[in-house]
Amino acid sequence: MAQADGGRVRALLRSGDKVLRRWVEAAEVPLRGRLTTGELGRTCSDLLAVLVEASDGGLDVTSDAYAGARGFLAELSRDWARRGFSPSETASAVFALKEALFAAADEDGGGDLTTVLEASRWVDALGLVTFESFARAREQVISEQAEQLLELTTPVVKLWEGVVAVPLIGTLDSARTQIVMEKLLQTLVDTGSEHAIIDITGVPAVDTEVAQHLLKTVVAARLMGAECTISGIRPQIAQTIVTLGIEFGDITTKSSLADALLHAMRSTGVEVVRRAGSR
Amino acid sequence: MERVPVLSLGDALLVSIQVDLQDNTVLALQEDLAERIVATGARGVLIDISAVDIVDSFIGRMFASIAALSRLLDAETVVVGMRPAVAITLVELGLSLPGVRTALDVERGMRILRAASERRGPRPADEPDDLVPVAEGGGAAAGA
Repeated sequence: MAQADGGRVRALLRSGDKVLRRWVEAAEVPLRGRLTTGELGRTCSDLLAVLVEASDGGLDVTSDAYAGARGFLAELSRDWARRGFSPSETASAVFALKEALFAAADEDGGGDLTTVLEASRWVDALGLVTFESFARAREQVISEQAEQLLELTTPVVKLWEGVVAVPLIGTLDSARTQIVMEKLLQTLVDTGSEHAIIDITGVPAVDTEVAQHLLKTVVAARLMGAECTISGIRPQIAQTIVTLGIEFGDITTKSSLADALLHAMRSTGVEVVRRAGSR
Repeated sequence: MERVPVLSLGDALLVSIQVDLQDNTVLALQEDLAERIVATGARGVLIDISAVDIVDSFIGRMFASIAALSRLLDAETVVVGMRPAVAITLVELGLSLPGVRTALDVERGMRILRAASERRGPRPADEPDDLVPVAEGGGAAAGA
């Protein structure tokens, strides 16, 4: 039975419009009229045609014969997901084919158990294909967004000749810090800047791990011969840092980016003065 | 085994590492440097590692011990041109090279050495043809 060629199931599939009609009827129930009968009918008949063709190669849904059918189901799942159908609704519509097949088998002279089991297993596998492609599409979107987030949030900007800054925004994790670190250090080399400012105004919380990451970046910049200042430490953050007992050692910290820039400019010998008579 | 050349430049020694660093290369460099500092009475050692892209904990420690050795012989060490990847590696290895001065490139490194040399005043002229460059560029760097 395991390696049945599915001849009976194939015969049931080909038993005419009745299967299609019953399928559409059964599939309409879970969709609760959110898709017109006409459209559902078209989709089902297209899918049925693809399945009839694929089933000539057996009932193994993972085989090459089903490549077209799998593609169709994946496209269907994506399309319906975009229109607001949940993956269960999409899968239920596919599972509805079962009822149509069982009814056809019944009419055909009391379908035997083997045929029913075969048909059931086959439709289940098809339903799972829609579920899987739904999950895959979702995961792809998530990983793309994560990547975009990494690229978006780490700009290194030049503030003055020899002074570059990274305004950090959002939660710092190891992966992001690594990217920030590499980008900042590379910019120091590329621009020949001797001062770097890491602004953490946009960082919501500083814990020991984040502090560790910041310290590492500062030490690495020092090893390359550049001075690194940390700025944008908000009052609550300063309190957290003290409470956690984090030592910043001899690393220069400033409360605002402006202070840090002034500090960097002064140490390169640039003095900012207000012109007499202006206000 | 490849030996890293040690060049004498004014009252400083210039070491530019252009080869892949092996453990024994670094050990030999350390020996050479000690001898050359004593022989030339150099005031500073400049190590250019801009061509080095792989370091391990041993080589990282050697930079620190070269610096300690030079200081013992009254010469200041500046390590210049460290690549970002190398800096990150050293930090991850827990080596922050305390006591080693660093600079972005050879030019800035020489400025640091010149400034340090000026702070300590001229060296007693033990060689008559020794032209110590107490040059004009040094003044600006000292002010920084």
